[in-house]
Amino acid sequence: MKHTTMKLALTSALAITAGMAYAETTDITIGMQLEPPHLDPTGAAAGAIDSVVYANIFEGLTRFAADGSIMPALAERWMISEDGLTYTFSLHSGVKFHDGTSMDSQDVKFSLDRARAEESTNAQKTLFAGIDTVEALDPTTVRVTLSAPNGAFLFNMAWGDAVIVAPETIDDAKTHPVGTGPFTFTNWVQGDNITITKNADYWGTPAKLDSATFKFISDPTAAFAAVMAEDVDAFPQYPAPENLPQFEADPRFQVLVGSTEGETILSTNNKMPPFDNVKVREAMSHAIDRQAIIDGAMFGLGTPIGTHFAPHNPDYIDLTGQSNYDPALAKSLLAEAGYPDGFETTLKLPPPSYARRGGEIIAAQLREVGINVEISNLEWAQWLEQVFRGYDFGLTIVSHTEPMDIGIYARPEYYFQYDSAAFQELMEDLNAATEPGDRSFILKAAQRMIADDYVNGYLFQLASTTVANANIVGLWQNAPTQATDLTAVYWND
Amino acid sequence: MLRYTLKRMLSLGLSLLAASVVIFVAIEVVPGDPASYMLGINAQPDTVAALREELGLNVSAMTRYITWITGMMTGDFGTSYTYRTPVVDMVSDRIMISLPLAIYALTLSTLIAFPAGILAASRRGSVADVSVMGVTQLGVAVPNFWFAMLLVLVFSINLRWFSAGGFPGWDKGLFVGLKALTLPTIALALPQASILARVMRSSLIDTMSEDFIRTARAKGLSKRQALWRHALRNAMIPVLTIIGLQFSFLMAGAIIIENVFFLPGLGRLVFQSISQRDLIVVESVVMLLVFAVVLVTFIVDIAYAAVDPRLRRRS
Repeated sequence: MKHTTMKLALTSALAITAGMAYAETTDITIGMQLEPPHLDPTGAAAGAIDSVVYANIFEGLTRFAADGSIMPALAERWMISEDGLTYTFSLHSGVKFHDGTSMDSQDVKFSLDRARAEESTNAQKTLFAGIDTVEALDPTTVRVTLSAPNGAFLFNMAWGDAVIVAPETIDDAKTHPVGTGPFTFTNWVQGDNITITKNADYWGTPAKLDSATFKFISDPTAAFAAVMAEDVDAFPQYPAPENLPQFEADPRFQVLVGSTEGETILSTNNKMPPFDNVKVREAMSHAIDRQAIIDGAMFGLGTPIGTHFAPHNPDYIDLTGQSNYDPALAKSLLAEAGYPDGFETTLKLPPPSYARRGGEIIAAQLREVGINVEISNLEWAQWLEQVFRGYDFGLTIVSHTEPMDIGIYARPEYYFQYDSAAFQELMEDLNAATEPGDRSFILKAAQRMIADDYVNGYLFQLASTTVANANIVGLWQNAPTQATDLTAVYWND
Repeated sequence: MLRYTLKRMLSLGLSLLAASVVIFVAIEVVPGDPASYMLGINAQPDTVAALREELGLNVSAMTRYITWITGMMTGDFGTSYTYRTPVVDMVSDRIMISLPLAIYALTLSTLIAFPAGILAASRRGSVADVSVMGVTQLGVAVPNFWFAMLLVLVFSINLRWFSAGGFPGWDKGLFVGLKALTLPTIALALPQASILARVMRSSLIDTMSEDFIRTARAKGLSKRQALWRHALRNAMIPVLTIIGLQFSFLMAGAIIIENVFFLPGLGRLVFQSISQRDLIVVESVVMLLVFAVVLVTFIVDIAYAAVDPRLRRRS
């Protein structure tokens, strides 16, 4: 009897200490620079929405893994018909939304039909454009028929804009998102933080954390103070690269430097003289010293690119040599094009520091070869109005953060207005190709074509920089999509 | 007093109406479309059009002005374009930080400024006076955001007494809330206290050289008695004016401090809404701030009359 009591006391003591250790290390505070406007990833382009909800609260049929590859998510497996037109998805059974209702093929049909409907406000509606019909065959089987083969379809379904939502809860999703993910939405103190809590009824591998708080700190100096004071445990996309050496030297912190999908480019108005002359664009590409921009504007973080493609992608080809820094060559090309004394143009810069700081450096480099640029700093809303919709610009700097977005070069009305029938044909071939080998071949040809046409000045791939407590394990090093995937994150202590 | 109050109220109403027109027109002419901002650079034109329809942006400016103004009179400030929550809710959340912060800072600055100003004035030319003048000169000169960063460096990063910023919410308790507001309050209050102390001092010194003080002294009052009984009340008018202006500044102008301490206050809401072209929020918050400023001016006007009976009779 006594023995048993002892044993019981011991076990309960152990349980208590275990419980205490558990309680100490299963919550996390994540710093974020931008607060999401709302929490419905299917209703706005703001990356901050996905930074909170992607993989944590909402899931799609497929999802991005940390390395950017496509993994099954709510769809357990799929079959693609010979002609590449029909995708039959088998869904996991027993999946429940956070409100307790079950997720089945009807919800998938609803979500996809809603996203491609005429009154849809999905910011990435093009992802769904090729869908002809969506049929719910039985509760766990969905058949999607495309109007033309689309080799990127499974990739498209991994986007945050393609997550599966329920008709009963979607209207309130902007403030109370209800998904199927390993975390449930708990609370939002607008302007300050969002809390999510572990979903005890999750269908897949449960999260290791019990709760996570996203704290919004827009000012880079305040972000530095918050990390130093350990008010936040991790700060993905840390906004002040100049502080990184200090964190690297401090044993309390780890710094993760990786790659993103952000091709940072000197976008050029291809329809505006003199940029409609390929010689002029070629000349500009040789006037730009990429490494100087990366060092000066990004504190050395970023990978030089020679085309519009992410260097971490296996299909990437390094074409930086084709537009190497050679001011003498730039000058002679300008003379050949009829501008021996250079010309004047505008450089319109959106707010991010890569643009503002990079813009000053590029202006100085272009001045060396006789191109005088007049810099104007714009807010995002002005940039969208003047540059993006109004085509009222000569040059601008912007990072295209959407994954695998080389397809924008096939849209002649897209703001840099590259209109090439050959490239458009190439993209049609890409959509029709489902064999990985064929796709790779076409993607490489596409990269070469836009590099040969010097459509834009290709500068560098934006780096992903995360500062975190040294004991946190499982954070993404790269950012294949905007997300803070906490499903595998835990404290190592 | 009643006529004076009514007159002040009429001018209050007219100021508000004029302000509403100016705010609406100013915001209408700012370029930038909230729908295209929200949908980003990959959206198709028909999607943007669908969202504009959903947000009610396709009706005429006149109709929107009338809807806005009549809504506000009934307490309905509309729905935020980006957040899709009622503006009233957003604003009331933010006011629960901005208002306590302003009151806290004003209290602190008054508590510092009054004794300092009175001390300096009553011992003009002494070591105390010179030190008050020196310290307040520094207080006026130092930018508050720089001072704020210094406070964070010392008290959050090195000493770890306070967190570097953020606001846990009043539901965590009064003490927790006030603690979170303490560093921002100090950063806001010290420059204000410096200004106020200098105004207090010079106003008191001016008053002390007036004829009625000489009469009081001649009657046999000591300098100290004359100061406390007669001069102080008379010296209050410029001080009240400054306090009124400072309160308005603290309500609306704490934005830089809110950014340094990442506090979800009104200033940051306006800042964020302007960049997101969430026009309805900008309009409503600016209108609210105008209301607050006009109201404070009104209260200060009434307070003048309370401390100075001559003002009542003059009207």
